[in-house]
Amino acid sequence: MNTATRFSVLMPSMNINLFVKPIFFLLCLIPIFLVVWNGFNNNLGANPAEAILDTMGNWGIYFLLITLSVTPVRKLTGWGGVIRLRRMFGLFAFFYVCLHLLSYIWFDQYFDWNEIVKDIIKRPFITLGFLTFLLLMPLVITSTNKMMLRLKKSWKKLHWMIYPISIMGVVHFFLMTRADFRHPFLIAGILSLLLGYRLYFYFLRKKRS
Amino acid sequence: MSFIIKKPSDIKSSEITDQKIYDQRRDFIKKMGLAATAAMGVGHLSLAEAKAYPNLAKSKFSTTTDKLTSLKDVTSYNNFYEFGTGKSDPAKNAGDFNPKPWSVRVEGECEKPGDFHLEDLIKLHTLEERIYRFRCVEGWSMVIPWVGVPLADMIKRFKPTSKAKFVEFETLYDPERMPGQQIKTLPWPYVDGLRMDEAMNPLTLMAVGLYGDELPNQNGAPIRLVVPWKYGFKNIKSIVKIRFVENQARSTWHEVNDREYGFYSNVNPEVDHPRWSQKTERRIGEPFWAPKHKTLMFNGYADQVADLYKGMDLKKLY
Repeated sequence: MNTATRFSVLMPSMNINLFVKPIFFLLCLIPIFLVVWNGFNNNLGANPAEAILDTMGNWGIYFLLITLSVTPVRKLTGWGGVIRLRRMFGLFAFFYVCLHLLSYIWFDQYFDWNEIVKDIIKRPFITLGFLTFLLLMPLVITSTNKMMLRLKKSWKKLHWMIYPISIMGVVHFFLMTRADFRHPFLIAGILSLLLGYRLYFYFLRKKRS
Repeated sequence: MSFIIKKPSDIKSSEITDQKIYDQRRDFIKKMGLAATAAMGVGHLSLAEAKAYPNLAKSKFSTTTDKLTSLKDVTSYNNFYEFGTGKSDPAKNAGDFNPKPWSVRVEGECEKPGDFHLEDLIKLHTLEERIYRFRCVEGWSMVIPWVGVPLADMIKRFKPTSKAKFVEFETLYDPERMPGQQIKTLPWPYVDGLRMDEAMNPLTLMAVGLYGDELPNQNGAPIRLVVPWKYGFKNIKSIVKIRFVENQARSTWHEVNDREYGFYSNVNPEVDHPRWSQKTERRIGEPFWAPKHKTLMFNGYADQVADLYKGMDLKKLY
């Protein structure tokens, strides 16, 4: 990354920060708003605990995919400003993953820490889900501008972790599915496209050099 | 069969009851019901129309301590993959499923096999109400007032031979009427079964209704099995075949994934599902932020059924 592009990434643009960002911020809150709204209106079906747990987990994965779509969208549409939404999307992925984890700890285990630890050790899909959460932490902590500048090249290396993290999230989804794999397959298909896009350019660059 | 069942286009408009008259009739029935309820001095307000099974014999096997799960929850949260894999799919997709007429084939190791109309299968028996706990393998539970007859009474009529060691049931296979079967989420048709002594246990019920009425389509209309000490998926729905067999009965989930779903599948808090614990259960209808219930051995029916499994290692034969 040369100085000019880095500058443009970090440089606050009045337009995006004033209008586009707040709008997308509110849009990102719609899933949690709907869950709370439906919860209060008794509209989450017969098993609200399960509905909340599943919805939050789904949106955790959806936001990981949205975050990974930023670069392709920027390259395909030429809208450079979208890059300034990426951090927010990534943080929302973490937000929904946290709510998913909290739902598990509360509704599924009712804060029985002993059982939770046993569960994490014993069950591969819980282990994987918990690892995914842990691996997201350093990315969240280093998501500020200051950290970006301080870590320099290693920041990029660290945030490359988003790829394995996304794969782990989708595998976690597969492992908890009972019989109908259409939804996890759809998610895996989208993730493959997003990763394939990167691989394609990676090999193109390799060929050229 | 198309010559018996009329297509909508075959029905003359003169044969169709005018909506207004239809509504008036329903209204009349409702009012009659209300008047009758009031006359009997029954306290609670019932808007229900005449129920299919109004005078049911009570059963000593009914639970008296658990609060009933609401009819709405019982009929809107179902695992019935024949109508879709989502919990609300059966309620959405089973509306057009017409379970009448219905016949059940009885075959295999018995002296009196044959095809039976559902009505003939039931009418010789006294229908009872049985309020049972229902525990799904996924970790949730309900309390449901079933209507049915003890399976043992029904089985005796078919005179199973000494070779009949198991009884196997089969669900209807009709992808046109059961749209979930158009997708191969499970190998259709769904089958499941019991060991003969399990089938003859007085708790085992052939259910034709719930909440005093006919079984809703999404709950396995018109006839289903209820085995309250086993996980829900053993309670096979919309049964068209009863087969007496010598070797272990088939079981769809067991065949799909025997590591996760044993043939017996007795409710057992000590034996976890490989992917989740079975120690606790979420009682549907209770506040979701509250702690779950402790799951009981044999779903709380150990007194009646524990003897069936004497000497068996339930950790291996889960």
